Amino acid sequence: MRISDTKTRYVSLAIITVLAVVGSGRWLANAAADTSAPSVSGVVKFEGTAPKPSQINMSSDPNCKSNSPMTDDVVVGANGSLEGVVVYVADGLGDRTFQPPAQPAVLEQKGCQYRPHVIALQANQKLNVVNSDATTHNIHPSPANNRESNTIQPPGVPLELSFAREEIAIPVKCNVHPWMRGYIAVFKHPFFAVTGKDGSFELKDLPPGTYTITAWHGKLGTQSQKVTVSAGQSQKLDFAFKQ
Amino acid sequence: MRMMADMIAHKMSVTVAFIILASGLSSHAQESHVGSLVGNAKHGKALYQRYCIFCHGPEGDGNGESAPYLDPKPRDFTKATFKCRSTPSGDLPLDSDLYDTITRGVHASGMPSWRPLLRQERADLVAYIKTFSPRFQEEPPVAPVQIPPEPPTSAESVKRGSQLFQSMNCGLCHGKEGRGNGPSAATLTDTRGYPIRPFDLTSGTRLKCGDSDSGIFRDLTTGLDGTPMPSFASALKPDQIWDLVHYIATLRAAAKLADRR
Repeated sequence: MRISDTKTRYVSLAIITVLAVVGSGRWLANAAADTSAPSVSGVVKFEGTAPKPSQINMSSDPNCKSNSPMTDDVVVGANGSLEGVVVYVADGLGDRTFQPPAQPAVLEQKGCQYRPHVIALQANQKLNVVNSDATTHNIHPSPANNRESNTIQPPGVPLELSFAREEIAIPVKCNVHPWMRGYIAVFKHPFFAVTGKDGSFELKDLPPGTYTITAWHGKLGTQSQKVTVSAGQSQKLDFAFKQ
Repeated sequence: MRMMADMIAHKMSVTVAFIILASGLSSHAQESHVGSLVGNAKHGKALYQRYCIFCHGPEGDGNGESAPYLDPKPRDFTKATFKCRSTPSGDLPLDSDLYDTITRGVHASGMPSWRPLLRQERADLVAYIKTFSPRFQEEPPVAPVQIPPEPPTSAESVKRGSQLFQSMNCGLCHGKEGRGNGPSAATLTDTRGYPIRPFDLTSGTRLKCGDSDSGIFRDLTTGLDGTPMPSFASALKPDQIWDLVHYIATLRAAAKLADRR
């Protein structure tokens, strides 16, 4: 009886200790996570047989030097990863407002194609348009909700654009080189990303909340999903597009 | 008693002044100013419904009853995008730009010259056309582009202009010899997606926004918004733009000589 009493005492002491350790550990973990803002990340894939890019005929301008230029409106990488998808917070930020970053976004014309094909930036952020080709381009965005402009740009001449209002996405073209097509996506907040070769994206430093996350592709349309993030609780989200 | 009457009178005069001020502000947006003319949108509306509505439509969106039969399409005033301006690319036109277009008409389109209307009536129309887009109330008017005095034309200037015509890729749309048949010509569309032809500079026909040398200088500087024709303002110096104007003049003169023969 005595022995068993002692045993019970030891066992309960052990249990209390374990609980205390586990509890404080969890508390510590929570305290550490509270400081890290959540993110939403994932991969955008293309399902099915990827359309084959075709060769662009640039013979009208011998100064358009590009090794086997290929169409870039649907670019599918290894494992079906889909490039050039804009993933962004479409809803859930309420009436928060955000200042545009001081750093300009850069759109390059190289090999008589837009690099990148899809660019995203914040409203009123500067967009530096660079002509790295040995030929003259005209840069002609055709917005629905922003100001249209159409400017000729000879090699090496700098050009700066900006867009005042959110618009996903503004088609941009070069009229003298009709194969040149691109998109400029403009957001009133900084929570957007454009997928690269691996199809991955990350929306960083989100305020905790429930969001509609939309993936937009110039040829394949849009998709949306709802997601809830809280401090220290990042979420994974994948999208799949079909032709 | 006297004091009370005074107070009431004072209150009333303040109210009256406020009403006048408010109506003055709101009607300012409904006005146009062309030289000494002040156009009135209310009068302009009546004129619009008589003369313009068949093509430009009751909503000013270019979808009038005749619109399906016209090429190029009537202007959509709700977008406030205008070809013939004296302001930089993307900016609103001046009242005088719209007045000039109404007066001159737009060559090679369904838009006739409205010179037969009184000057006051044309100014009234400008005031009414501006009511179709909120941009005219939101955006302050901008300064027109500078057109410096034209240097005399010369063989050197024409030669420099011819080189610029090549290096600026004018020929990809307008054709190597300015005939409007460049390799990209067939692909061109306006911002509404309708096919549009680059101007044949050798045709000898009138330009859309006026035929003077300074008019061509202005078009090269501002670009023709809503069309593939870009602005050269940031790419070329004024002297270079005059060189281009002088070269274009030789293409046009050649056509006129050929006509006479």
